[in-house]
Amino acid sequence: MIISIASGKGGTGKTTVAVNLALTLKDIIPVKLLDCDVEEPNAHLFLKPEFIEKDIVTLPIPQIDKKKCTLCGKCIKICAYHALARVGKKVLVFEELCHGCGGCSLLCPEGAITEINKEIGFVEKAIVKGIEFIRGTLTIGSALAPPVIKKVKSRISKDKLNIIDSPPGTSCPMINAVSGSDYCILVTEPTPFGLNDLKSAVESVRELEIPFGVIINRAGLGDKIIEDYLFEEKIPLLLKIPFNKLYAKSYANGNILIEDYPNLKQDFLQLWNFIEGRIKA
Amino acid sequence: MNEIVILSGKGGTGKTTVTALLAALSANAVLADCDVDAANLHILLKPEIKETFEFLGSQKAQINSYKCKGCGQCEKVCRFSAIKDFKVNSIFCEGCRVCYNICPEKAIDMIDTLAGHWYISDTKYGPMVHAKLGAAEENSGKLVSVVKKAAREIAEKAGKIIITDGPPGIGCPVISSLSGANLVLIVTEPTASGFHDFERLLNLANNFNVTIKVVINKFDIAEKKAREIEKYCINKGIEVIGKIPFDEEIIKSISEGIPPVLYSSGLAVQALKGIALSLFNDFGK
Repeated sequence: MIISIASGKGGTGKTTVAVNLALTLKDIIPVKLLDCDVEEPNAHLFLKPEFIEKDIVTLPIPQIDKKKCTLCGKCIKICAYHALARVGKKVLVFEELCHGCGGCSLLCPEGAITEINKEIGFVEKAIVKGIEFIRGTLTIGSALAPPVIKKVKSRISKDKLNIIDSPPGTSCPMINAVSGSDYCILVTEPTPFGLNDLKSAVESVRELEIPFGVIINRAGLGDKIIEDYLFEEKIPLLLKIPFNKLYAKSYANGNILIEDYPNLKQDFLQLWNFIEGRIKA
Repeated sequence: MNEIVILSGKGGTGKTTVTALLAALSANAVLADCDVDAANLHILLKPEIKETFEFLGSQKAQINSYKCKGCGQCEKVCRFSAIKDFKVNSIFCEGCRVCYNICPEKAIDMIDTLAGHWYISDTKYGPMVHAKLGAAEENSGKLVSVVKKAAREIAEKAGKIIITDGPPGIGCPVISSLSGANLVLIVTEPTASGFHDFERLLNLANNFNVTIKVVINKFDIAEKKAREIEKYCINKGIEVIGKIPFDEEIIKSISEGIPPVLYSSGLAVQALKGIALSLFNDFGK
């Protein structure tokens, strides 16, 4: 089973929900937490794991054999990302623009292009606090998050509950992280920003045809706008986590909420019961 | 040309609020919302749209079932797992054209897709360029470039500076929004996540030829963490040009469409005035 936690907007509390849900459920069911926010992974700040495995994620980048290349220009013409260009008597590769589609090496009439693996990130594994934790990290300066996200997701186990911490937004990284989930939890906050971005996120999960519900984090002041919207759209409100300076402080220091405030465990358990019912129905 | 880009690494730190306030205090800027994936600046600045443009994303492959003989080569060469049972899943298609180029029957067409819209608008504080990416659409980095280019053209003509609200993260759209900027203002918050993501962003920004300055937002929520971040900046030789206290007045004032300087004289506005002064001084304004 795969549950993803997404939000549209950043900073709404995705990681908080993912970590606390995972640690609440580990006593009932084997849990794997996968941090797919590879640009800014954060779950490890709370779990403080010791990683026991590390896999490099690479992207196949063309390498041109000058001796074989006849400068016919076919590779330049077919590259949809403008990653190849002729400069003088050489074809240059702009690695940052390459998506690793393999078209140039496949179609070069001279067989002058081979592919070399360029490191764009890594995936790590840890066993911590009774759960399996997988984290993906995008190399700084690399633009392509989706291949790293795919590599993290290749670690999904069928016999476990897989909880995915998604990147913010609704474009490629988020879509890659969330697709294939059995259920998606959208986390929002009761501000006009929160509502605006929640609407985009709702559109995206509907497009992906994934059942979903919403958690309102920092609930309290003026959260009616979100609740009104959910009511109109017939979207289930899964949970409200109240705004509380003590919770904010616990988060700021990198503590785990249910460890500091065990009474919250009950809320996450109810959340799980609801979602499990929905998935099985 | 003078362009300030406001970034944060982590989302939700207050980039957009800071951008809007600088816009209100500057009165001589073109505003650009480069967080095209979760654009929010319009909520605060209430732009009046003057011109709307279509944004075409990457092309997507489409299989013509009359011509297709089912050889399956397209599926074999697609590295993005976008083709299954002779159908293209447009969400995963990256428009690389490998299938189009390899198909022996010429049964694959590359179709332009409408991935979103972008706008040139007027606000009380100056012209604004912003965009909306369609749900589940990609290419946000490319759309960021489009928004930046339009803002630059307007700014050059009018002799204004550009204030850009950037996207979160360190990936493709952030790299796009950094290109050509003179100054990056990083807004961070005093939390473990905020600090961590700030560090990663700093490592990225150091590869660009930009001046980096830092603002710590909501510093009074965790003052110890805020001091930690400050110390880190001093050690790295980065100037912390302001610390903003947690203050709901600001967001209230802008959502009501009143410039915060008129609405509130609270501590947060005072802090922001100081930040604006220091920034605009650097730009000889």
